[in-house]
Amino acid sequence: MEFLFSHFNYVVVIILMMTGLYVVFASRNLIKKLVGLSTFQTSVFLLYITLGKVASGQPPILEYDPSTKSGYDEHTAFVEPVLIAASGKSYALPGQGSEILYSNPLPHVLILTAIVVGVATLAIGLALTVRIREVYGTIEMDAIDEQDLQYNLEGVEGDTASISAGAKT
Amino acid sequence: MSWLSTHGVAFAIILPLLVAAVMAVFPKGRWVPWIVGLVVATIVAISAWTVFQTQISVGEFIYQMGGWEPPYGIALRIDAVNAPILLLIAAMAVMTMVYAQPATAAEISERRGPPFYAAFLLCIAGLMGMVVTGDAFNVFVFLEVSSISTYTLVALGANRDRRALSAAFNYLILGSIGATFFVIGVGFLYAETGTLNMEDIRGILANLDGGSRVAQVAFGFIVVGLGLKLALFPLHTWLPGAYAHSPTVVTAFLASTATKAALYLLYRFCFTVFDPSFDYVMVVLTYVITGLAVTGMIFASLQAFFQTDARRTLAFSSVAQVGYMLLGIGLVSVAGLAGSYLHLINHAVVKGGLFLAMGAMWYRFGITRISDMAGLSKTMPITTAAFTVLAFSLIGVPFTAGFVSKVALAEAAAEQGWWWAVMVIMVTSIIALFYMGRMMMVAYFNDPPTSCRNEDGTYRRNEAPILMLVPMVGLALMSLIIGLRGNIFLTDVAENAARTLIPGAGL
Repeated sequence: MEFLFSHFNYVVVIILMMTGLYVVFASRNLIKKLVGLSTFQTSVFLLYITLGKVASGQPPILEYDPSTKSGYDEHTAFVEPVLIAASGKSYALPGQGSEILYSNPLPHVLILTAIVVGVATLAIGLALTVRIREVYGTIEMDAIDEQDLQYNLEGVEGDTASISAGAKT
Repeated sequence: MSWLSTHGVAFAIILPLLVAAVMAVFPKGRWVPWIVGLVVATIVAISAWTVFQTQISVGEFIYQMGGWEPPYGIALRIDAVNAPILLLIAAMAVMTMVYAQPATAAEISERRGPPFYAAFLLCIAGLMGMVVTGDAFNVFVFLEVSSISTYTLVALGANRDRRALSAAFNYLILGSIGATFFVIGVGFLYAETGTLNMEDIRGILANLDGGSRVAQVAFGFIVVGLGLKLALFPLHTWLPGAYAHSPTVVTAFLASTATKAALYLLYRFCFTVFDPSFDYVMVVLTYVITGLAVTGMIFASLQAFFQTDARRTLAFSSVAQVGYMLLGIGLVSVAGLAGSYLHLINHAVVKGGLFLAMGAMWYRFGITRISDMAGLSKTMPITTAAFTVLAFSLIGVPFTAGFVSKVALAEAAAEQGWWWAVMVIMVTSIIALFYMGRMMMVAYFNDPPTSCRNEDGTYRRNEAPILMLVPMVGLALMSLIIGLRGNIFLTDVAENAARTLIPGAGL
């Protein structure tokens, strides 16, 4: 039990992940499927964010350090460490080696990208649902499958609609 | 080194991305978006060719995006494995782009023309990015760029066939789950190693001797995620619908590149990032991948045989052919990988060409059913000839591309004493003979419908337009050239790729 509480975030991630995946496969309604998909993707965001947390680390914002070279404004105090980091040679941000402990900012940046991807997927999914509703008149998977099957069977005799659209003689 | 050989890698990705953004707001029209798209695709192909040549002359090289050094920055990494696939994708992009002009005129409303080309360019950029990047998370980003544009491209087939919408929705659900599984895997990998650069991960995992259970879980998630994308046998359910109902030009492009790029990633993750020397990787490759590959080859071939729709037949055949490539991976030998790699390139050429030919048949006669293909040899002789050559190549008739790679795979399997695998290759090739033969029988030996008859009893020729014929015949000739002279250039490429993937192993 204590294990569960100490890994609370991971427990939540697993519950969300499984709920999302279950909803995607179990529901036959297109919107519900998208809801499940979004839940599933969100659980991954939470997983990444949890990975980035360093125990008792503070937010990864550079501390103003008066001991370093200070120019005419406070901004320049941050320029040098960033340049050092960018050159890739001696990779020492203030904090590494010093007593300030930062959380890992990288997973947050990654997840920003992943959130954008998730939103785009959801947008396309919803747009497709709208189109499906226009064409089929339903958003239930079973009804759509039935209509597709009907369409398949009718097509065998003579698919006049597609011929008139495509044939150019 | 010219400018293009230094920066060509990044240029080939960034140019289509930028042009796609502009293209999306183009006014409606048929010709301007097509010409712009074709020019961009050609420039991308030239860059890919330069990159390919540079790779041959200097070997492996790394392009640092924005000048940030790896492992902190994102690196594009070119070696013998991905340079040929980069060139393949670019070449197929040009081929399908040429074909797109008449195809979109028939299938896509004029208003949707510019967005169609925008999505097409995004898809090209995403696939090329997936192939060249050396950063595990960047792979996910490009994977989604290509996938999301693919969903819209498939859905654009709704103008012709409304089932494209439900197919696109299915593809979206399964594709997103696949990509999310992949990104979970990358997350675990990051938790284990603390880096996202593939080379770095490789080094750290090798030091850890495969890593803890976290790395094993990561590997599982990545294989399942990529398996969904590349249509590994039980995860292939999105593929037949998406291939059968999307616009013809999109099908041809997807069939020849999308699953191939995902397969390349599987090579990368199984052999470069993880290593078959780790127990768990070896177990997955030998038992899971090989088992599913063989099951998929047999079942998908049989399913292909029982379809009435010609494009569905070809789609199921694609699933079976993916099985061949996975079998080559499952062998975990240089010969097996070389065979798999060879089959990847050959299948891209062959299946791309076959779908182009099917598209031309639809363009003229509006047919997708096998029974409707009656007498096409009389009404569309050139298209049918190209179709025949490519179909022979798919079956694996000698002197065609398919023969070269199937023999290479069979030899590799025999080398390891996997005679049952050789048997499966033979049997599925025979099934392929039946399902492709059935189409050709109808096309050659049945009479065309009476509507195609002139008054004097001769059949009216109704050939596809030149813009469709050129890429189709080009791919058919390509498959013949590979079949006749492939040992000169292509075998070396495949062997180099396989040796890069399994370093330290002789042939």
